[in-house]
Amino acid sequence: MTPDLTGLTGLTGLTLAEARAGLEKGAFSSRELTAAHIEAMAAGRGLNAFITETPERALEMADASDARRRAGEAGPMEGVPIAVKDLFCTEGVRTTAGSRILESFVPPYESTVTANLWRAGAVMLGKTNMDEFAMGSSNMFSFAGPAINPWRRQGDRTGADGRPLVPGGSSGGSAAAVAARLAPGAIGTDTGGSIRQPASFCGVVGLKPTYGRCSRWGIVAFASSLDQAGPLARTVRDCAIMLGAMAGHDAKDSTSVDRPVPDYEAALAGDIKGLRVGIPSEYRVDGMPDEIERLWRRGVAWLEERGAEVGDVSLPHTKYALPAYYIIAPAEASSNLARYDGVRYGLRVPSDDLTEMYEKTRSAGFGAEVKRRVLIGAYVLSAGYYDAYYLKAQKVRSLIAGDFRQAFETVDVVLTPTTPSPAFAVGEKTDDPIAMYLNDVFTGPASLAGLPAISVPAGLSEEGPPLGLQLIGRPFDEETVLRAARALEQAAAFDAMPQGLG
Amino acid sequence: MSIDNATVAAIARLARIHVPEDDRANLARELSNILTWVERLGEVDTEGVAPMTSVVEVALPRRADAVTDGGAADDILANAPQRDDGFFVVPKVVE
Repeated sequence: MTPDLTGLTGLTGLTLAEARAGLEKGAFSSRELTAAHIEAMAAGRGLNAFITETPERALEMADASDARRRAGEAGPMEGVPIAVKDLFCTEGVRTTAGSRILESFVPPYESTVTANLWRAGAVMLGKTNMDEFAMGSSNMFSFAGPAINPWRRQGDRTGADGRPLVPGGSSGGSAAAVAARLAPGAIGTDTGGSIRQPASFCGVVGLKPTYGRCSRWGIVAFASSLDQAGPLARTVRDCAIMLGAMAGHDAKDSTSVDRPVPDYEAALAGDIKGLRVGIPSEYRVDGMPDEIERLWRRGVAWLEERGAEVGDVSLPHTKYALPAYYIIAPAEASSNLARYDGVRYGLRVPSDDLTEMYEKTRSAGFGAEVKRRVLIGAYVLSAGYYDAYYLKAQKVRSLIAGDFRQAFETVDVVLTPTTPSPAFAVGEKTDDPIAMYLNDVFTGPASLAGLPAISVPAGLSEEGPPLGLQLIGRPFDEETVLRAARALEQAAAFDAMPQGLG
Repeated sequence: MSIDNATVAAIARLARIHVPEDDRANLARELSNILTWVERLGEVDTEGVAPMTSVVEVALPRRADAVTDGGAADDILANAPQRDDGFFVVPKVVE
């Protein structure tokens, strides 16, 4: 039996913009729209996309939204239900970061980004599954078990060798929920590719804004110089709507930038005639499958047909991005995760000795990947190694940012594939951490440089699951990135549907 | 860089993570592989390159040195695994 992905009422098949239009016209209420998604969320539990469902809160928020609309006070996302990565602190709602150490943590405060979304009228459906502390590219490293990709390999109803496919990560639950029509939009965070890679794997649009565009306050910290919140949705327009609601200066995050939030939806209106698009030859990595290369060329042709001028650019330090990332991110993580000490919040494994209590708590509370990264981080920051590793990596990071700066003197956006392969099966790539890290080979450089970047579904792989193309832009030029992404989206006309709810 | 079991034990202590002796060899191998891989950075000439400190040039904002929040002891203690009379409770550290 093929599950009906449009839902009984058809409301879950609507994009966020369509849902908003229906609410504005009074075609349905937020309560009806939200109830349809709550039903879909329950029917889709096989995907394990949510760690915590919040149906009661969702209906309360929907009723409050309907009341506001009746009072003529509708916000820009009024009445639209969304899913929230379980990394955003939500007041009174358990926030686990995918970790056993935070399994019972209930924040007494709300993150700035989610507060902004609720102020815009959005409704929370629940908290989505993710790799522990956002460390991973598969969603396999979650204390709640893996989230499942609703896409299947062709001719294989249950995936590879009977195993389902991963949704990517770390925002895997958010991507799976949006792809499976459990939510029209979701928020995620991206440190080295954690929005764009799962978006690519699940056939949805995912945007990492410029570092500083969205406040990090109230987001469980992984690597503070890289973490950035962003939207995942089924269309570029929906991402633009969500970003507009999420972004903005926040005095509580000193790295959030005080500049006006443009009307991102309005930025979609223009065409891309004369847009200069750069193709970095350094992204043609060894062993990249032909189908990725073909997809990339198709992307070039689509943009050229719409009047863009495509030319080569050089980003010579690209191959050093991941090694630099895997020094900087673990170093910052080892520092950020020092707070999980079994004293102030989270798990505690009792002991009569304080140090032993710390060590046992952190050993029991952290999963294998988090431990690896915290240990690597502690090592590269330890006395005598700081200059050789961390400082060196930060210098290489300067060179990578410099590569982009130079490229953007001659082009407006850079076009690359999002991932070097389509979604792999649950259980694959777990033996070799580096093989897993290489998933982020195309997304890591823009993260290090802090640049806005988006993944747009561009077609299906030979195996069946989707593939995405990535556009990278200048700092705070999300408008151009979105406009180019809209052109790519129109050309790709990606309308394939995932096969199952797991 | 090759990391041995003793180094794993030392950094595990620094990171306050208990690593059972049986797991050290496997971790030593994994961490050595990762470090060997990141050491490719040695190929890059970074002479005279300043380390990156921020994505875009922004002056660090300042604010008045004033209390902006507080009086939330109950909220702060709400998630503590062990608390007593407005305090966090830890194992005895002074004999």
